[in-house]
Amino acid sequence: MWEGGGRGGVCVCVGSEVYTQCDHPWSLLKGEGAGGAGRQRPICSSHSLAAHSERSRDRHKSRSKDSRSEKSVTINTPPAEPLLGDSAVRGEQVQDDNWGETTTAVTGTSEHSLSQEDIVRITKDLEDSVGLDCRRYFTRTLAVILGLLVFLTPLAFLVLPHLLWPEKLQSCGTACEGLFISVAFKLLILLLAVWALFFRPARAGLPRVFVFRALLAVLVLLFVVSYWLFYGVRILDSQDENYQGIVQYAVSLVDALLFIHYLAIVLLELRQLQPCFSVCVTRSTDGETRHYNLGQLSIQRAALAIIEHYYCDFPVHNPALLSASKSRAAKHLAGLKVYNVDGLAHSQSRAMIAAAARRRDTSHNELYYEEAEHERRVRKRKARLVVAVEEAFTHIKRMQEEEQKKAPGDVMDPREAAQAIFPSMARALQKYLRTTKQQHCHSMESIQQHLAFCITNNMTPKAFLESYLTPGPTLQYSRDHWLARQWTLISEASVTSGLKDGSIFLLKCVDFSLVVTSKKIPYIQMSEEYIDPKSHKFVLRLQSETSV
Amino acid sequence: MQEVVLLLTNFGFYSLKQQRIEIQKLRQGNNLILGFSIGGGIDQDPGQNPFSEDKTDKGIYVTRITPGGPADVAGLMMGDKIMQVNGWDMTMVTHDKARKRLTKKNEDVVRLLVTRKSLEEAVKQSMGGFPRP
Repeated sequence: MWEGGGRGGVCVCVGSEVYTQCDHPWSLLKGEGAGGAGRQRPICSSHSLAAHSERSRDRHKSRSKDSRSEKSVTINTPPAEPLLGDSAVRGEQVQDDNWGETTTAVTGTSEHSLSQEDIVRITKDLEDSVGLDCRRYFTRTLAVILGLLVFLTPLAFLVLPHLLWPEKLQSCGTACEGLFISVAFKLLILLLAVWALFFRPARAGLPRVFVFRALLAVLVLLFVVSYWLFYGVRILDSQDENYQGIVQYAVSLVDALLFIHYLAIVLLELRQLQPCFSVCVTRSTDGETRHYNLGQLSIQRAALAIIEHYYCDFPVHNPALLSASKSRAAKHLAGLKVYNVDGLAHSQSRAMIAAAARRRDTSHNELYYEEAEHERRVRKRKARLVVAVEEAFTHIKRMQEEEQKKAPGDVMDPREAAQAIFPSMARALQKYLRTTKQQHCHSMESIQQHLAFCITNNMTPKAFLESYLTPGPTLQYSRDHWLARQWTLISEASVTSGLKDGSIFLLKCVDFSLVVTSKKIPYIQMSEEYIDPKSHKFVLRLQSETSV
Repeated sequence: MQEVVLLLTNFGFYSLKQQRIEIQKLRQGNNLILGFSIGGGIDQDPGQNPFSEDKTDKGIYVTRITPGGPADVAGLMMGDKIMQVNGWDMTMVTHDKARKRLTKKNEDVVRLLVTRKSLEEAVKQSMGGFPRP
């Protein structure tokens, strides 16, 4: 069912070479090169002979057109021919691949190959995760111990007198028993509240301790310890018989704990809700900027909020788009050779600046025409893509319930339907992705999955294409694209200090960094002015002419 | 008598000449007419005055001259700004007040001090080099 597939629809990829740059298994596939471009292939052609002869023609053509930089010129040979060492892999490494035209099978080496980058990342992750986990477990156990202490204390206060001096104890009257109910319910409320506020899955591991939580923990600990001291000295030692007083003491402890919980809510949750600062976040590689409003937070918490916004708002980081400006910069530097005659230290850079200023440089011209050309090319490819996808979508139809019972033949589930129509649009889509340099963001598997998803949910071709036409936020893509879950906060001020007007810090990740500057939202002085509704009066504009 | 004020505006090089014009009123039936129409006044909209170059000028302007009437004969021209009528100031009056000052029944003659925009004069004078006294 593949367009131009191999013998009788069996797809095999031969002549493999391990490419260590790409992570995707299907990146090892090779297919028709530039020679096949521009030729309309019939959809779902399953006749191998016709396809094969077409391929041999293309092979010749592709050899002559290998000067096009973005296409690889490799040949997919059917199994009868010998493994070729001369399969023409010209020029640069394949960044992209011809899955639009070829097969689906994968050789053994591809699944287990790792690129150098992957290895670095994995080792880094391993090193850091051990340290972080220790700290996380440590804080968790501390929190659990404190919680248990807090909950068991009132119960202990109530139970201990019965255990230690049961004979001397006064019996519990009505009011006292009523207080038991109150203690029970307050403890239940406290339990639920603490669970809601504190026992949530941790979102992140921050570099320094969370100051407010630590303060609250210390406060609670001191509080409970002081209550125990008092209890120990005045009640246990003297073996007080007034049980009602003891119960009231326990109730006051629980009340105070509830108030401390209220304090915790205000400090941890409510204080930073009101926006106080406007932060400007800029990505260092391509200048994408967004502005967010944050409340009064410490720098590390603000950084956490910004990273979460980053994953949702910023378009995915695409290093392929930066290569053009880098090559331009290289060209600028390469044009001049400087000879140091006098032996002075900074004369070299000054000489270069002076020469660059004087040189009549036409690179702006090239840039302008190149960009216009690129724009035109993208639009053309997009038009072809839209047409191909729309046509592909017309080939399948959702079957109604009644029809399902009547015609059981050739019924497909969404995944099979997606695989059926995918070949007809695959080439156009691949070419478009190559032109916009997004080909590494989307693997064939993910495209087919997305197609099946769109078919299942009755989406139109336009809805299907939307995720390929514009780069979406990072979270939309596969896990590979957010390998950077290790962020480094670089700040001159201490990271537990609060955000201030004009504070600047950096969030560095492996490929780029986010530069964050904050500005205080100004104090707004508003005054009122009362307008009487009856004071709206109008006159006609007069322009009279009188003859005298 | 003629004072020339050279004015540079956006649109040209105008000069403002002040002139004194004496009009004899003509009796027509029960009325004494002067033969022109006025527009403007402090209670009017100055933006709609086609004759003023400063659209906030609320002075009294001559908007129409009856051909052959007393004003025409006396040399009053359309677009003149009336500064004084018989010694009374007309730069800050309402439209109705201006009308009344011009149509007093017991006066036969009105002596007007008007300001006139004149482009040709300025060009001639700048080419001539010296303002004419």
